[in-house]
Amino acid sequence: MELKSREPLIFELSKPGRGAVTQFPPPVAGSAQVPANLRRKAPPKLPEVSELQAVRHFTRLSQMNFSIDTHFYPLGSCTMKYNPKACNTLAMLPEFLGRHPLGPEPQGFLACMHELQEMLQEITGMPAVSLTPMAGAQGEFAGVAMIRAYHRARNDSARTEIIVPQAAHGTNPATATMCGFVVKEIPCDANGDVDIEALKAAVGPSTAGIMLTNPSTLGVFERKIVQIARIVHDAGGLLYYDGANLNAILGKVRPGDMGFDVIHMNLHKTFSTPHGGGGPGSGAVGVSARLKPFLPLPIVGKDSGRYRWLTERDLPQSIGRLSGFMGNAGVNLRAYIYMRLLGREGMVRVAEFAALNANYLMKRLQAVGFEAAYPERRASHEFIITLKQEHKAYHVSAMDVAKRLLDYGFHAPTTYFPLLVPECLLIEPTETEAKEDLDRFCDALASIREEMRHDPEKLTSAPHTMPVRRLDDVRAAKQLDLNGAGSAA
Amino acid sequence: MSNNIPSDLKYTKSHEWVRQAQNGALEVGITDHAQSALGDLVFVEVPDVGRALSAGEACAVVESVKAASDVYSPLAGKVVANNGALAGKPELLNEDPYGAGWLFRLEASGGANVSGLMSAGAYETFLAEESE
Amino acid sequence: MAYIPHTPDDIAGMLEVIGARSIDELFDEIPAELRAGTLNVPAPLSEMEIARLMTERAAIDGRPLNFIGAGAYEHHIPAPVWAIATRGEFYSAYTPYQAEASQGTLQLIYEYQSMMCALTGMEVSNASLYDGASALAEACLMAVRSNRSSSSRRILMPRAVNPTYAQVAQAIAGNQDIGFVAVDFDRAAGRTLIEALKPYSGQDFTALVVQQPNFFGSLEEVDALTDWAHANKIMLIAVVNPTSLALLKPPGQWGAVIDGAQGADIVCGEGQALGVPLSSGGPYFGFMATRMQYVRQMPGRIVGRTVDVEGRPGFSLTLQAREQHIRRSKATSNICTNQGLMVTAATIYMTLLGPQGLAAVAQASMQRTADLVAALAKVPGVKRAFTAPHFHEAVLTLDRAPAAVLAALSRRGILGGLDLSERYPELGHALLVCATETKLGADIDAYAAALADAMNASRAAA
Repeated sequence: MELKSREPLIFELSKPGRGAVTQFPPPVAGSAQVPANLRRKAPPKLPEVSELQAVRHFTRLSQMNFSIDTHFYPLGSCTMKYNPKACNTLAMLPEFLGRHPLGPEPQGFLACMHELQEMLQEITGMPAVSLTPMAGAQGEFAGVAMIRAYHRARNDSARTEIIVPQAAHGTNPATATMCGFVVKEIPCDANGDVDIEALKAAVGPSTAGIMLTNPSTLGVFERKIVQIARIVHDAGGLLYYDGANLNAILGKVRPGDMGFDVIHMNLHKTFSTPHGGGGPGSGAVGVSARLKPFLPLPIVGKDSGRYRWLTERDLPQSIGRLSGFMGNAGVNLRAYIYMRLLGREGMVRVAEFAALNANYLMKRLQAVGFEAAYPERRASHEFIITLKQEHKAYHVSAMDVAKRLLDYGFHAPTTYFPLLVPECLLIEPTETEAKEDLDRFCDALASIREEMRHDPEKLTSAPHTMPVRRLDDVRAAKQLDLNGAGSAA
Repeated sequence: MSNNIPSDLKYTKSHEWVRQAQNGALEVGITDHAQSALGDLVFVEVPDVGRALSAGEACAVVESVKAASDVYSPLAGKVVANNGALAGKPELLNEDPYGAGWLFRLEASGGANVSGLMSAGAYETFLAEESE
Repeated sequence: MAYIPHTPDDIAGMLEVIGARSIDELFDEIPAELRAGTLNVPAPLSEMEIARLMTERAAIDGRPLNFIGAGAYEHHIPAPVWAIATRGEFYSAYTPYQAEASQGTLQLIYEYQSMMCALTGMEVSNASLYDGASALAEACLMAVRSNRSSSSRRILMPRAVNPTYAQVAQAIAGNQDIGFVAVDFDRAAGRTLIEALKPYSGQDFTALVVQQPNFFGSLEEVDALTDWAHANKIMLIAVVNPTSLALLKPPGQWGAVIDGAQGADIVCGEGQALGVPLSSGGPYFGFMATRMQYVRQMPGRIVGRTVDVEGRPGFSLTLQAREQHIRRSKATSNICTNQGLMVTAATIYMTLLGPQGLAAVAQASMQRTADLVAALAKVPGVKRAFTAPHFHEAVLTLDRAPAAVLAALSRRGILGGLDLSERYPELGHALLVCATETKLGADIDAYAAALADAMNASRAAA
């Protein structure tokens, strides 16, 4: 698909006195007025365009994007699967959209949220769930804050450290810091598992907990998880499960059964709510019985057939509120609809076909000459290709391959994450891609591999067919241009 | 990769260099190896004059597009000068890490005792070991 | 199989390439004792069945006539806003890491940042945060990083600031030992008086939060509050309603010019009013803007304009070294994404309304609220609580507890406002009401009549 090339800034289309006037409310008679000393002197420099100009401009901008609806998007660790249209259409029924969050407790909406809590409890093996965190990172925050509150409630103030494997996503250490903890990083072994000896040496009376992803960010299942759980629990710490990779194990193994005390889920990954160009997400948290009193508010409760919000009165030890109302309600509604569409049978198939697609693609890419980072391991729902040999031999980088893939009509996989594997591509095809699309992607990478040998310049100067070529990031950060309307009002 | 490691300076394992200036103050910057590893710098933050630093304290930040690193004070002391030119021209640090790209000057508490720091030779060996 | 395209032949062929006999074999690295049994979740539904279920559930909640604001406002949303925002190319794209394949999202965010700067009068805006409450929490953390004259980690939080925002700031920033000191409001005026701050003059505080209009809808004397903060080397965090900024002095111009600088240091707030539906409280988006000198302390994504290798203009995420994926434990925040889709809607909304349209929305909302307050205050037992001028919300006091009255109104399909008696017991039987441009004269009359009936009924019952 050809992407639209340049589109002027909306401000360049603006002319004083023009406007989409059918959108303006009719004037209301009356004398209400802002006092002179609090009044704005000059109108804000917002664009003045017709409705058609606005519609055309933003439609054209949309045509400058890759998206799941238009392109294969194998972005590792992001679970870019099909977002069913029904989830959006039904979550946007006028009654749902028009409901004020502080109105009387809405029994229809709350029924959906209560059932969503129950389904998430069942899937994760956790006895309680709060839907309130607004993104994965906020779910992480809630989880670690609950660990802190738990130790404090037991007057165990010596537990000031959170252990994080080196392969962890950057949010893990950032979250631990936000919660007032010191971060202790431990290494992984050559097979991608946590280094057990390093873990044993790291735990102690100052251990508050450990943050783990399983399957790990290296795309493999942490086989020693039961042993890890025992070591951390024996030291008095708790286990935090980063749900980034829940898609890999949905219905196959439950974090609660692995020994975790708290989990956050990325509903925008596993439960297919839209990524929206970077949000909104939703980061529900599930907890074991001992952390239940600390869950963030509000939560949906049910008393004698009636749904109601649980508040500080019900959970006086709660870590508190993380949003102005109840988190990303509309996102949660989309996740609910998705889960009901999949149902019991569909959920297990998510993990099964995500694994089938990932393992198939890994084998095919190995067959055309690419090196898997962990060839002895099963892929989970994703896997890592390392281009360190190609980098040495042809002086092309993982970034060059990623950019060249765009020319072939595929979104690039995640590059340079995890940081432990040099020149890596983290590839997650998801269960919703057909075999033919995986084959085409493999053919494209095989063809790029040929270009490496014969015409590496094709890669190093890629992309060639996008609206722009590679951008000057140094200039972007040095000569900051963040505002196109002129600085002050 | 060949590294420029002037023999008249002292070095730390976190890649700072220290020069003994005439008036007893110590001049601090980051090494050629460090600037090269970071790539094109886009921003440098230096400590305020008058700030008291303990040895090993994070006191400056050097930022490229891909990384932001703390710079640690090699010794305890008080900041007596900083390199204001870096605010507008962070590239000075890439171009001349041991000269125009200096970061700050320190009046070391308890005298300018740099004997705990590495010599140029020791730093070169350290870099060789680190890259293995 | 729901959303899975594989045929039996596909599966067989793929397993052969993998060298596995069954799909189940792909999970052989999971210890057998950990494997889950059958999940106890409902059986799958077809799209037709789920559509029926959701339509029924939505009908239970109905479509009442709404006079509640309190941080979420019902405005008209132009038809193009969500028609475009839900295009798959926006809806199903991810964070624009691959800039070349995401120029649409990136340019849109750059335009959004520009519009937010124009509205707030600030130099730089980020690409948005989760919501207004969490944006205030992030602003407090940012102030602690930015205010070099302060080492106290104490923030002055007026009680006239949305109390939920204060709770959220405590829940998020409190973990880093940041303390909040409450500042009382004037019972007669319904706003924060400079006299309430005087006892803190000369003390070390990191920041003062000022909400304009405040939680009661009252307009604060922002110039005096800003000048007091700056005279005491305290940073000023402004929490503002974006609709109101079409009429109100932007925070970038609050207070006097000192050393060439003027106004609030950090501006944040809830962006929902800009084209985002109420939808039970989310997803919304928080906005944040600041002065250029603090840009490296600002959390969240930021988009910059630059050029490509051929010198053509283009857009990319910039200043990423502040963020968690690079800075890890030393990042400005753990936040990863913005609220991209909501920002898409807001940018289209601000474009369609423009300076004239937004001012018309603000003026109509202010007038409707004035009309509402006048109509309700005529009902026996109802009066205005405060004397300060207000924008599109105001507090009324009733001569009895609001709960029963609100329940009676609700039975007639009217959401009559927010009962403040738990949040502010000292105000007695207080009710916070709001009208926007969506409430017509007939709606206001209907509310006033229903309120009179409800008051009569509960008087008779008593």
